[in-house]
Amino acid sequence: MKTYEKIIEKLILICAVTATISVALITLFIFKSGLPVLADYGVFNFIFGTTWSPTNGSYGIFPLIAGTLSVTLGALVIGIPTGLACAVFLAEILPKHWAKAFKSAIELLAGIPSVVYGFFGLVVLVPAIRNFVLPIYKIFHPEASATGFSILAGAVILAIMILPTIVSISENSIAAVPREFKEASLALGANKMETIVRVLIPAAKSGILSSIILGMGRAIGETMAVLLITGNMAKVPSGILDPVATLTGTIAMEMGYASPTHQQALFAVGIILFVIIMLLNIFAQLSMRGMGGSAR
Amino acid sequence: MKKQKEMKNIKSTKNVIFYGLIGGLAAVTLASLIIIIGYILINGMSHINLEFLTQEPRRMGKEGGIFSVIVGTLMVTGLGILIATPIGIAAAIYFTEYSKEGKGVTLIRFFTEILAGIPSIIFGLFGFAFFVIFLGMGWSVISGGLTLAIMVLPTLIRATEESLKTVPMSYREGSLSLGATKWQTIIKVILPCCRPGILTGLILGIGRAIGETAAVMLTVGGSLRLPSSIFDSTRTMSVHLYVLAAEGLSMEKTYATAALLIFIVLLINTSANLISSKLGGNNGN
Repeated sequence: MKTYEKIIEKLILICAVTATISVALITLFIFKSGLPVLADYGVFNFIFGTTWSPTNGSYGIFPLIAGTLSVTLGALVIGIPTGLACAVFLAEILPKHWAKAFKSAIELLAGIPSVVYGFFGLVVLVPAIRNFVLPIYKIFHPEASATGFSILAGAVILAIMILPTIVSISENSIAAVPREFKEASLALGANKMETIVRVLIPAAKSGILSSIILGMGRAIGETMAVLLITGNMAKVPSGILDPVATLTGTIAMEMGYASPTHQQALFAVGIILFVIIMLLNIFAQLSMRGMGGSAR
Repeated sequence: MKKQKEMKNIKSTKNVIFYGLIGGLAAVTLASLIIIIGYILINGMSHINLEFLTQEPRRMGKEGGIFSVIVGTLMVTGLGILIATPIGIAAAIYFTEYSKEGKGVTLIRFFTEILAGIPSIIFGLFGFAFFVIFLGMGWSVISGGLTLAIMVLPTLIRATEESLKTVPMSYREGSLSLGATKWQTIIKVILPCCRPGILTGLILGIGRAIGETAAVMLTVGGSLRLPSSIFDSTRTMSVHLYVLAAEGLSMEKTYATAALLIFIVLLINTSANLISSKLGGNNGN
C-alpha cells in the first residue's frame, strides 16, 4: 500500500513539473531555431536594421519593433484610464449586485477570440477610420492618405482586448486595500472622490502596475487581431494613421510560405518577442509578489 | 462664508466630472462589448443554417458549409483538453495537497505562471519546431492538440487549485482519521467536492482552445478536407475565420463563421457562470 501511494505521488509530481518542462522546451526550441540567423546576421544589425525584406536577405526588424511599440503604446494610452475607471467603478461605486453583472461582462470580453476582434476591426473600425477620422486628420495634414489599416485601428482593438486584464487585477487590488485606510480618510473629512484618488489608488498601486504590465505583455503578444487591421507594412511609422507591421503579425503571416532561412529569421523574431514578454512577465510576477499576492 | 461656498462649488463640480468620467468610461466599455457581439451576431446569424453546418466547404470556403471545419475544431480542441485535463488536475493536486513550501515548489509555480503569459504565436512557433518538425508529426490534429494542451494547462491548474483550496481542512482530517490513505482521501473526498470548480476550469479551457488561432494555424495546417485520423491536417473555425477574412472570399460565410464562434463563446461563458454559481462554488473568480 505504501509503495502504491509513493508511485502516485511521483506521478503527480511529474504532472506538476509539466508546465516547467514545457517552458524549458519552448525556450530551447525557439532559441535553437532562431539563433543561427541571429548569429550570422549580428544581433545589432538584426534589431536596429531598418529594412525587413526577407526575400532579399535583409532581416532588420526595427520597423517591426517600432510597429509593435506604437500599437502597444496606443493601446495603453486608451486602455489604462478606461481600465482603471472600470476598476474603480466596480470596486467602489457600483452596488454589489450590479458589480457582479458588470464583472461577467468584462469576463465575456476576455472570452471573445482574438480573430473575432480582428474581423470586427476589419469590417467596422478600419472603414470608420477611413471615412470619419481621415477627413479630420486631413485638416492638419492635407497630403495624408490612409486606408484605415493603421496604428489607430490596432490600438483601439488592443485596448479593448487588454481591458479585462487591467480591470480584473486592478479591481482586486483596490478591493484588497484595508478598510481602515478608507475609514480613516473619510473620518478625516475627505469625500469619496478624494479617498479614491488620494488613498485607495495609491495603496493599490503595485497591483495596478502589475495589471498594466500584464496588459502590455498581452498587447505585445497579440497576433490575429493586429494582423487583420494594422496593414502589415514593415516601415517605421510617422503618424497614427500609418500602417505598420508588428513582430507577431509578421511571424504569423510569413511563416506559411517562408524559405528555410526566412523561417529561421522568423524564429529569431520570435526570440526577440519571447525575451520582451519574459522580462515583462517576470517583472509583473515580482511586482505581484511585492504586494503579497493579494491580486489573484 | 462666501469663500466656503465657492470651495464647495468647486468641489462639487470636481465630483461631477470625476464620477461622470468614471461612469462614462465604464459605459463605453460595456457599449463596446455589446456592439461587437451584437454586430457580429446580427450580421452572421441569418447565414447560419442547416446547410452551413452540415455541408463541406466548396471553392476554398466560398460556398458550401463548414462541416469539416467543425469536425476539425472538435478534434483539435477535444484532443488538447483530453491531454491537458488529467495533467492539470494532478498538478493542482500536487500544489495544494502534496507540496511543502520550498524553493523548488516556488520555482515550479513561477514557471506555471510564466507559461500562462507566453503569447500564442510563440506557442505556434514552438509547436511548429517541436511537434511538426522535430517529432515529425507534420501539420496534424495531434500537433495542434498537443500545442493547445500546453496552452490551456495553466488555466486548468489555476481553476482546480482555487477549488481545491475551498475544501475545508476538516474533510481531509475526517477522512484520514477514518483510516483512509492520502490518495483515497483525495479521490473519494476532496475531488468530488471540487467537481463544479474543475468543470468551470475545463469549460474556460475549452473556450480558450476554440478561440485560439495563431498557435493552431502554425501546427494544424489549413486543410479543408475532412480529417480521417489525428495525423491528418485540418482547419479549426478560428483559423477558417482568419483565412476568410484575410482573403475576402465570402462576406456571408465570414460573418456566419464569426457568429458561430461568438455563439459558442457565449454558450461557454454562460454555462461556466451557471455552474460556478448554481453548484455552490465560489471558484475561479
